[in-house]
Amino acid sequence: MTASTPVAHEHHVVGPKIYLTILVALLVLTATTTGAAFINMGVFSPIVALGIACLKAVLVILFFMHIRYSSKVMMLTVGAGFFTFLVLITMTLSDYISRNWGLW
Amino acid sequence: MDSHAIATEHGEHELHDEEHPAYLRHHFVTVDQQRETASFGMWLFLLTEIMFFGGLFMAYLLYRNWYYDAFVAGSNTLGIALGTTNTAVLILSSFTMAMGVYSAEIRSRKGLLTSLSCTILLGLVFLGIKSVEYHEKYVEHHIPGASFSVEDFVHPSDKRDVPLAPDMAQHAQLFFFLYFAMTGMHALHMIIGISILFVLLYQAYHGAYMNGHTSTIDNFGLYWHFVDIVWIFLFPLLYLISRHPLK
Repeated sequence: MTASTPVAHEHHVVGPKIYLTILVALLVLTATTTGAAFINMGVFSPIVALGIACLKAVLVILFFMHIRYSSKVMMLTVGAGFFTFLVLITMTLSDYISRNWGLW
Repeated sequence: MDSHAIATEHGEHELHDEEHPAYLRHHFVTVDQQRETASFGMWLFLLTEIMFFGGLFMAYLLYRNWYYDAFVAGSNTLGIALGTTNTAVLILSSFTMAMGVYSAEIRSRKGLLTSLSCTILLGLVFLGIKSVEYHEKYVEHHIPGASFSVEDFVHPSDKRDVPLAPDMAQHAQLFFFLYFAMTGMHALHMIIGISILFVLLYQAYHGAYMNGHTSTIDNFGLYWHFVDIVWIFLFPLLYLISRHPLK
């Protein structure tokens, strides 16, 4: 029996304290990104806005979606999903940028 | 591993009594294994959702580069106050959903009912605000199609806005098409989510999810948080990043 018992990841209950902390962090980041939209930062405006969005998404994934407390195979699965999305963006944009190379 | 310890300390019969609650399906050995498998399956579904919304994000990225002026003008017609409020409402609903998952885990029926009700309420508030925004677009003739008007973009009422040439102004339709496609797809996910929430609330009212088997609540939580993440990216892309266009 011992030999055939699969090694399953131990379940971790995430408590209200962590959820509340993440909620406050997410609301503060939302206020920050809205505030930053009114400051003229030139090319950095979209970078700052998307950077904050990524930070918020990571907080949601790690804590609300419990990936911080999950097994490595779950972390890898989630990572693979976002990596595939980055491949989609990178490949399409590299085609878009290089198609008329030097003609702009 | 805990499961190993239990298996070696006790005999096989005791293991069955302790580790084999009614909800544990016969093809799983432990509750943790069953839980992780369910959550893994849900994540695989969410990965297909990432690629689905990813295609829309990709289209937005390319067309925004292509018809930059039209996208900036279109984006600046959106109300930043309503957008920010909606973001806060959705984040709050994610929190109440997370509390629902916690309530199910600690087997608090009252907590679960409260959390699910709050999540439904906040979801409906989000959709309400969204419909106010959609109605604004209808009144302004900014819905792409036969009744679309370039008037606001060719002759902007605000002196600070740069007037667009009529052909570029037409491309604002592309912005609004993507705006409606992305927020509409997002809203559809919320409508489906709220419908499922009503079912979960009904089941929880009749005493479900109080035996430690919370995979359904967990997985719905993952879905709801995913929908939140989509909005976390839609909000800056549609409302925020075009406030100070590059000249």
